[in-house]
Amino acid sequence: MVHINGKDVDAAGKTLKTYLAENDYEEGTFVVECNEEIIHREDYADYVLKDKDVIEIVQFMGGGSTDTTKERTDNMSNDTFTLGGKEFSSRFILGSGKYSMELIKAAVENAKAEIITLAVRRTNTRKKENILDFIPDNVTLLPNTSGARDAKEAVRIAHMARELGCGNFIKVEIMKDSKYLLPDNVETVKATEILATEGFVVLPYMYPDLYTARDLVNAGAAAVMPLASPIGSNKGLATKDFIQILIDEIDLPVIVDAGIGRPSQACEAMEIGAAAVMANTAIATAGDVPAMAGAFKAAIEAGRSAYLAGLGRVLERGASASDPLTGFLRD
Amino acid sequence: MAENQFFVDSDKLSEEALAHKHLLENDPSCRTNHMEYMEGMEQIHSDIMEKVLKEMDSYDYNSYTARDVQNALEHETCSIQDFKALLSPAAEPFLERMAQRAKTETSKHFGNTVYLFTPLYIANYCENYCVYCGFNCYNDIHRKKLSYEEIEHEMKVIADSGIEEILMLTGESRAQSDVTYIGEACKLASRYFRNVGLEIYPVNSDEYRYLHECGADYVTVFQETYDSDKYETLHLMGHKRVFPYRFEAQERALMGGMRGVGFSALLGLSDFHKDALATALHVYYLQRKYPQAEYSLSCPRLRPIINNEKINPLDVHERQLCQILCAYRIFLPYVGITVSSREQKHFRDGIVKIAATKISAGVSTGIGDHESKYTGKETGDSGDEQFEISDGRSFNEMYSDMENEGLQPVLNDYVYV
Repeated sequence: MVHINGKDVDAAGKTLKTYLAENDYEEGTFVVECNEEIIHREDYADYVLKDKDVIEIVQFMGGGSTDTTKERTDNMSNDTFTLGGKEFSSRFILGSGKYSMELIKAAVENAKAEIITLAVRRTNTRKKENILDFIPDNVTLLPNTSGARDAKEAVRIAHMARELGCGNFIKVEIMKDSKYLLPDNVETVKATEILATEGFVVLPYMYPDLYTARDLVNAGAAAVMPLASPIGSNKGLATKDFIQILIDEIDLPVIVDAGIGRPSQACEAMEIGAAAVMANTAIATAGDVPAMAGAFKAAIEAGRSAYLAGLGRVLERGASASDPLTGFLRD
Repeated sequence: MAENQFFVDSDKLSEEALAHKHLLENDPSCRTNHMEYMEGMEQIHSDIMEKVLKEMDSYDYNSYTARDVQNALEHETCSIQDFKALLSPAAEPFLERMAQRAKTETSKHFGNTVYLFTPLYIANYCENYCVYCGFNCYNDIHRKKLSYEEIEHEMKVIADSGIEEILMLTGESRAQSDVTYIGEACKLASRYFRNVGLEIYPVNSDEYRYLHECGADYVTVFQETYDSDKYETLHLMGHKRVFPYRFEAQERALMGGMRGVGFSALLGLSDFHKDALATALHVYYLQRKYPQAEYSLSCPRLRPIINNEKINPLDVHERQLCQILCAYRIFLPYVGITVSSREQKHFRDGIVKIAATKISAGVSTGIGDHESKYTGKETGDSGDEQFEISDGRSFNEMYSDMENEGLQPVLNDYVYV
């Protein structure tokens, strides 16, 4: 028996090409991994399935564990940011989980997002629709490694994502806790180092810790993606002060990811100097998905404009009536 | 702008030496390329100098307005742009507000503490011709290098006065005061003091590592001016003439394992707005690269020297110095700021309540004269001073003055690991 996507299948002796054709796999939409090694498309005809082979056939799917929002600034045409040598004018990164397919397109369009995240998942044999058909062509795909529990697994998923042929961007997401889905910073640094060395543009999702952020810089990350609060919690910028430290100290784009539940929270993240915001759940679960995508877009632009304009005085800190401090100066 | 007249001829120089001195002073073409490393100088290929000089070159301090300064004072985090506004002439009318803000930042990071230390000059031989410095090799002064016994005697006298932190200095002569000599002095110092710093000629990172192993943990190097063209006209001869090697000294010291590094321009040599900007950015960029290190800033102004009492800090008056220090504090709230005895009592007493965190006490910039200065006892031969000091308070006087100002004197806050 051959173990395919978790099921025992009586396919030993067939070539991979034959098996895939018999099961209606549409060429170009999936990747095959055999015993943890990727099998390239041109080798399908030569590979004969053996007893006890472990086969994974995966494709892109909406989701991952995080919410992403990316912001756009139409009114500031020169205000762009760069990831992996690619320039983006929208600062709203959209996550693709939890949507029905037909809503994704409207969400992307209303959000004016230029980057959308995707998960790598086993192919679904019942539903044949491909998420890529619902994403406009000019959008950069950002596959994530959701599902990975350590660096090794994240690297495997990244390899499969690259093989799917959508560029070399990868968002590293490594969680060992299924209750809070908090990222494992140590494993994230390890995976980032490996993948950056292999030429990926690595965007690591992380808990906002300064030392980890520095390690990620040294590991070759293209940006850091600190969480605002636990994924899907819609609690907003619970880690604001720590994200501020990363913005002040790290010479990479800081993309606020996860936990952003309202446009006002996305706006605030941009006001304090985030390079972009990622959101998913807040939009995917809204009453009117396309309208909420538009609301996030507007909020992110407003926050960015405020940041660029330079926030003004908050409040006079209270007059000080004491003797002048500089009364001692001579000459 | 007014300029200091630095050149002084000694009648003790030979005709040949005098001719060479005049040639260096008057004919730039006979001077070496100050941007080129000399033999034996380690090149670390750092990007810090380029970053600092780029910001400094593009700094147009007359373009800032009162509005920029007000905004800078409102911001919770002081950006490089804000700092540039605070250093600009537009900030002069806001000095009191800057002082209030600086005081808040200082107390957030340092409470009401003030650190006390003393410098110890162990030799005044120098191979450089830096036109403003009392130790320059053409200046007719009494030269001296302390023996190990003399160093230990000086240390005993200083330690008996109660001081726990020492900054050891030499003139810049590898030939007279080599790294082993300084290392031995560090070993002695670590027996008498809790905390040992060095202000010596820049060395390579392996030599810094050696000195660290001998007990030193802090290295101060003054760039004097960050304007390399001006630098070239002031440092006419010797190793110190090499601008980039000096610039990279702190980074090499950190590579060699030192815990902390100190920086400064010598105010009055060049355009102080630009020099103050560059000094702080030197710290800022290095801090981002070496976040584990401790950083400190000084703010020396030019002082008269033996044989040239007319040298002065030109347009850097006390108000400008205060503005610079407040701007430093607001931009870099976590760094130590040292104010030396180049400044007078009233200034030092005032600035420690605003921005400074460390001051010297019981100071002599001469060689081997602590006993006579501390006790009045004549001890014979001593070497001449680098510059005239302006605040001669003893350690005990300083300690009680600081307490009376409502501050908490701290003698050391340090662990050697």
